[in-house]
Amino acid sequence: MKVGLFITCLVDLVRPNIGFAALKLLEDAGCEVIVPASQTCCGQPGYNSGARDIAKTLAKKVLAEFKDCDYVVAPSGSCSGQMKLHVVEDLFKGEPEEAEFRALAAKWYELSDFLVNVLKSEKLAGKFKGTVTYHDSCAGLRELGIKTQPRALLETSGCTLNEMQDAEKCCGFGGTFSIKLGEISTRMAENKCVNIGVAGADAVVGGDLGCLLNIEGRLRRNGDMKTKVYHFAEVVAGMTE
Amino acid sequence: MQVQSMHFKQTASTKLNDAVLQKALKKSKSKFVDGRALGVAEVDNWEDIRTYAAALRDRVIDNLDAYLIEFERNAIRRGAQVHWAETAEEANAIVLGIAQKNAVKTITKSKSMVTEEIALNGTLIGAGIRVMETDLGEYILQLADEAPSHIVAPAVHKSKEQVAELFMNAHHKPRLTDIPSMTREAREQLRSHFLGADMGISGANFIVAETGTTLTVTNEGNADLVTTLPRIHCVVTGIEKVIPTMEDFATLIRLLPRSAIGQSIVNYLTLTTGVKAPDESDGPEQMHIVLVDAGRTKLVGSDMKDMLRCIRCGACMNHCPVYQNVGGHAYGWVYPGPMGSVLTPTYVGIENAGDLPNAATFCGECQVVCPVKIPLPDLMRKWRERQFDMKLRPFGERAAISLWGFFVQRPRLYALATRIGARVASMMGGEQKLIHSLPGIDGWTQGRDMPAPAGETFRELYAAKSAAKQVAR
Repeated sequence: MKVGLFITCLVDLVRPNIGFAALKLLEDAGCEVIVPASQTCCGQPGYNSGARDIAKTLAKKVLAEFKDCDYVVAPSGSCSGQMKLHVVEDLFKGEPEEAEFRALAAKWYELSDFLVNVLKSEKLAGKFKGTVTYHDSCAGLRELGIKTQPRALLETSGCTLNEMQDAEKCCGFGGTFSIKLGEISTRMAENKCVNIGVAGADAVVGGDLGCLLNIEGRLRRNGDMKTKVYHFAEVVAGMTE
Repeated sequence: MQVQSMHFKQTASTKLNDAVLQKALKKSKSKFVDGRALGVAEVDNWEDIRTYAAALRDRVIDNLDAYLIEFERNAIRRGAQVHWAETAEEANAIVLGIAQKNAVKTITKSKSMVTEEIALNGTLIGAGIRVMETDLGEYILQLADEAPSHIVAPAVHKSKEQVAELFMNAHHKPRLTDIPSMTREAREQLRSHFLGADMGISGANFIVAETGTTLTVTNEGNADLVTTLPRIHCVVTGIEKVIPTMEDFATLIRLLPRSAIGQSIVNYLTLTTGVKAPDESDGPEQMHIVLVDAGRTKLVGSDMKDMLRCIRCGACMNHCPVYQNVGGHAYGWVYPGPMGSVLTPTYVGIENAGDLPNAATFCGECQVVCPVKIPLPDLMRKWRERQFDMKLRPFGERAAISLWGFFVQRPRLYALATRIGARVASMMGGEQKLIHSLPGIDGWTQGRDMPAPAGETFRELYAAKSAAKQVAR
C-alpha cells in the first residue's frame, strides 16, 4: 500500500517531530510511505485570505505530487478539509480538473481517521502514561467529522482522557486571523487555556499544529511551563520527548 | 443607523475589556447555546426540516418577483395598501407620508430590525411624531439612546443594574431590584401608549403570498397590541421575507424559535391580514405594507444569494466565538455576528466594513447551527476574495500573501527560505524555545508567545535520513 505523506507547511517548518511520528505510525502499520520532496503547502492560507488563484495553483501542485499514491495522509484536519472539501466543492467545481480532484479527495485521509478506519491500528507504540485533554480542531471536527478517532488512538495507547469543557470551541487560531485580529484571537485562546486548566491534565493534545501553537503560546505567556502540548501523533507514536 | 463598522478592531478591543458586557455575554450563552441544543434535540427530524427549509427559501428567492406580486395582490384584496421602497430613504418617506397624511401624532412600534436598518425612528421623531418602542429590550434601549446589540435580544448587553438605573430616572419611581417588578413597571408605562397611539408600526418575520398575511413572532405580545389597537397599522419589512404558503410558515416556525432561544414555540404568533372588516370588532382601519429593498435585490442572482434565505434567528451570532467575546456593538451596524459580516458589507459598502469578513476563524459553528443552511464562512470568504482582488486590505497584509505565494509555488526557493527561517526563528527562541516578540506578527506576540521552530525542516531531516539509509545499503 503506497501512502503519500502530506507533511503540512507548519509541521515542516516548526515541528518536524510530528511528521516523523506520523511516518512511524504509518510504517509500523506496514505502509510504504512516499514523501514528495517538492511539497510545500495545501494553499489554505491563500484561499482564506482571498487569494483564490494562488490556492488553485497550489492545489494543482499537490495533485501532481500525490496522484500516484493509493492513499494520501496528513497530520492535519485543516489541510485535509482544504483538499477533501474546498478544492472539490469550490475551487475546481465545474472545471475540467474536478474529477481528478475528486479522486484525490476520495483517497485523502486525516491521520487519525486513516489509522482508525483504514488501517484499523490497534498496536501503537505510545507510552505516555499521564492524563491528556483533547482539543477538537474546527476543520477536522466540522468538515471531516474527526471526533472519536484521535480519542480512540489515545486510549489505545494508554492515555487517560480528561475532557475539558467546550472542547469543541475554536481556540482562536484561524490562520491569519490570529495575527490580523490578534486581541480577539488571544481572548479565545485564553478561554481555551482556562478550560484546559480546569480539566487539569498533564498534556493538551490536538490534531492541528496551528491550534497547538496558539494554545501553547498562550499557556506559556501565562507562565504555565508545565502543561505539555502535543499532537496526537507524537503521543500515540511514543515520540513525546 | 449610522455605520461604525470601520472601527471594528478598536471597538472590539474596548468591548473585550468591558466587564459588564463580558458578564452579560457569558450569561446569555446558556440560553442561546445550551437552550438551542435542548430545543433542537426535541425534534427527531431536525436535519430534514433544515434541508427542506433551505430549499424552500431558495425557491422563494429564485422566484422573488412572482411571490411578491402574489403577496401584493392578496394583501390588496384584503384591503391593505402595498408600497414598494427601493431605498431606505424611500421607505422612510413613505412611512412619514402615511403618518402626516393621517395627522398621526403618536406611534407604537414592535421590534423591527428593518426599521433599525433604515433608521426610521430618526425620521419620524425629526418630524415631531412621538415614537414608542414597545418590545421590552427596544424600550430599554430607547431610554438609553442606544442601538440594539443583538437581533433577537436587543438589550442583551445591558445588566439588570443598568436597566434599574434607566427605569428609575425615566419613570421617576423608586429604584427596583428584581426583574419581574421592573417588567411590571415597564408594562404599566407602556399601557397608555398602546391605548393612545394613532399608528402602530411592526416588522414581519414572514409575509405569506397566498393570503397577503404578515406575521410577527414575539414573547411579550406587544405586537398584538401594536397591530390591532391603533387605527393605522404599518408593516415595514424586507422583500426577502416572503414565503409562499401558510403551510410553509408551519415548517419555518418549527425552526425559528428553537434556533433563536430553544423555545419550541413563541408565546405570541401575530398574524395580520388586511383591515378591520365591517363585522369585526378589532383591527386597523388602514393597513399599509412597505416592502423594502435597500440592497436586497443586489444579492439576488449573485454569488451571495444564499444570504437571502436568512430567517433572522440569531443562532449564527450566538454560537460565533468572535461574537461571544466582543458582543454585537463591535460590528458597528444593525446585524452582528457572521450574518452581519456578510450583510453589512453588502448594504453599507465593503470599504466601510472591511474587517467584518475577516473577523472569523472559519470555525464553522455558524453554518452548522443555521436553520436554513447558509454557508456563512463561504460567503465571508467571498468578501475576502473581493477585497483581495480590489486591493482593499492593508499593504503589509497583501505583500505578505504575495510573498508567501511566490515562495510556496517554487519548491527549491521555498526549501532554502524555510531552512533559513527555521534556523533564525529557532535561535530567536533561546533556551525556553519561545519567541516573545516578533515584528510583523505582533498581533500574535502581544498576547502569546510563539513556540520556536525546532531548527531544521522536516524535509531536510527526511532527506538526510533517506540519504543515510541509501549509504547503509
